[in-house]
Amino acid sequence: MIRLEAVSKTFPGAPRPAVDRLDLDVPDGTTCVLIGPSGCGKTTTMRIVNRLIEPSAGRIVVEGQDVTHVDAVELRRRIGYVIQQVGLFPHMTIAQNVATVPQLLGWPAPRIAQRVEEMLALVGLEPAQFLDRYPRHLSGGQRQRVGVARALAADPPVMLMDEPFGAVDPIVRAGLQAELLGILRRLAKTVIFVTHDIDEAIRMGDLVAIMKDGRLVQCASPEALLSAPKDSFVADFVGADRALKRLTLSTAGEAATSAPAGASAPVVSPATSLRDLLSLLLAAGADAAAVVDAGGTPLGSVSLATIRERAAARKA
Amino acid sequence: MLGDVLAWLGDHPQAFETAASRHIALSATALAAAMMLALPLALVLVRWHRAAGPVIASVNVLRTIPSLALLAAALPLVGTGFLPSVIALTLYGLPAILINTHTALREIDADVVEAGQGQGMTDRQVMRRIRIPLGLPVIFAGIRTAAVQIVSAATLAAFIGGGGLGELITAGMGTLNIAQLVLGGLAVAALAMATELLFAGLEWSVRRSTGAAA
Repeated sequence: MIRLEAVSKTFPGAPRPAVDRLDLDVPDGTTCVLIGPSGCGKTTTMRIVNRLIEPSAGRIVVEGQDVTHVDAVELRRRIGYVIQQVGLFPHMTIAQNVATVPQLLGWPAPRIAQRVEEMLALVGLEPAQFLDRYPRHLSGGQRQRVGVARALAADPPVMLMDEPFGAVDPIVRAGLQAELLGILRRLAKTVIFVTHDIDEAIRMGDLVAIMKDGRLVQCASPEALLSAPKDSFVADFVGADRALKRLTLSTAGEAATSAPAGASAPVVSPATSLRDLLSLLLAAGADAAAVVDAGGTPLGSVSLATIRERAAARKA
Repeated sequence: MLGDVLAWLGDHPQAFETAASRHIALSATALAAAMMLALPLALVLVRWHRAAGPVIASVNVLRTIPSLALLAAALPLVGTGFLPSVIALTLYGLPAILINTHTALREIDADVVEAGQGQGMTDRQVMRRIRIPLGLPVIFAGIRTAAVQIVSAATLAAFIGGGGLGELITAGMGTLNIAQLVLGGLAVAALAMATELLFAGLEWSVRRSTGAAA
């Protein structure tokens, strides 16, 4: 759990606070994405949590403990940290990089070695192949995987991620997002994730917190944010296509009804997002698609009417 | 000409050996002293930003003083002989090591430093595990520059009674013994080049072992 209570930060000489009396509550095991235009204070807010930036006022609570005044170095060893430029240590091997925090914590060498291998396997890098290589030998996507492995190595309950996929190309990014989401869910990590990409926010966040001028404008689930933006700033920020974005949150499997789809209807897998399904129906000129699982079992159908119903903004 | 030089060397092996070993002793002592002063000072300046500006500026002034002037100025303060020469040569080699080391430690990629701090390294651990190993090639380049400067400038130690290969040059000049004079000059040039090569080799192996800067 991460909680910020009336946290403010004013940098010396700045005319207005970078973060202004911000309250934020990230429950255990959830990911909260901070997003907003540049200069809105999202990165500052994240860095206040591990006290790379000391707040001017307010209280920081991590895992039930008030950490506003505890030893910052010790605090950071309990918080996983991933940054956009990855910041792998170029003079250390991948194994040494991943071992950083366990080593700082004084784990015995055999336990570190075992943990490093587990972590590399977890992020999809074959340990035998990567342990002894240097960061410069890796692609951008592989480096970011190592960055995630390093942040997870000491099994911190809490993670901070600052635009972790900002430096990788879009195709690699989509794959990494999906894998990271799986890992974070499985390990039940509590995460603050900073991005400026609203699609990434919707995909990664259990909660999306939209910031502007150092203040929190709206913090809600992606679904609630898209269906009921609090004001015109949020509505503009999430985009005019927010109804379509909402469709990415549901899959064909969830929306399927027992109505027959018709003989010539296109066939989709249950994991297809409704947005992709809508696109498919429009392209095929069909009214409904049949949902069939990998084993060939029909699960029902999704019609344009069902999609329209789902997309209509509900009063939250 | 070269025959005359070799003939003089054949007649005075002892004098040459004394001068050469004195030259090496002067240079090595001064280089060691410059390193012992400049390296810790650079570490302090990295932590203590506010002092860095004035200190680097004054060291840069030191750099602009011609080596002969520095030796001459040292004369009334510390007298003549080996130690005064070492002191002057130390001051002469100091700026290159200090400035390079300070720059090397300061200008480490900010993201790498932030990653270290963010993982929970103390300032001391960031210094030992990140700044120093990554800065090593540039630090070594500073030491190499200082070593060559000191070996060259040690020639002038002869003017304040410090001895060294400069002795052959001044003595040769005084007695118009061209062979002796040329021998001194050639020996200093050879020693400076050997120093350059030695430290270049060391620097290369440091670069390779840190693996980073490549």
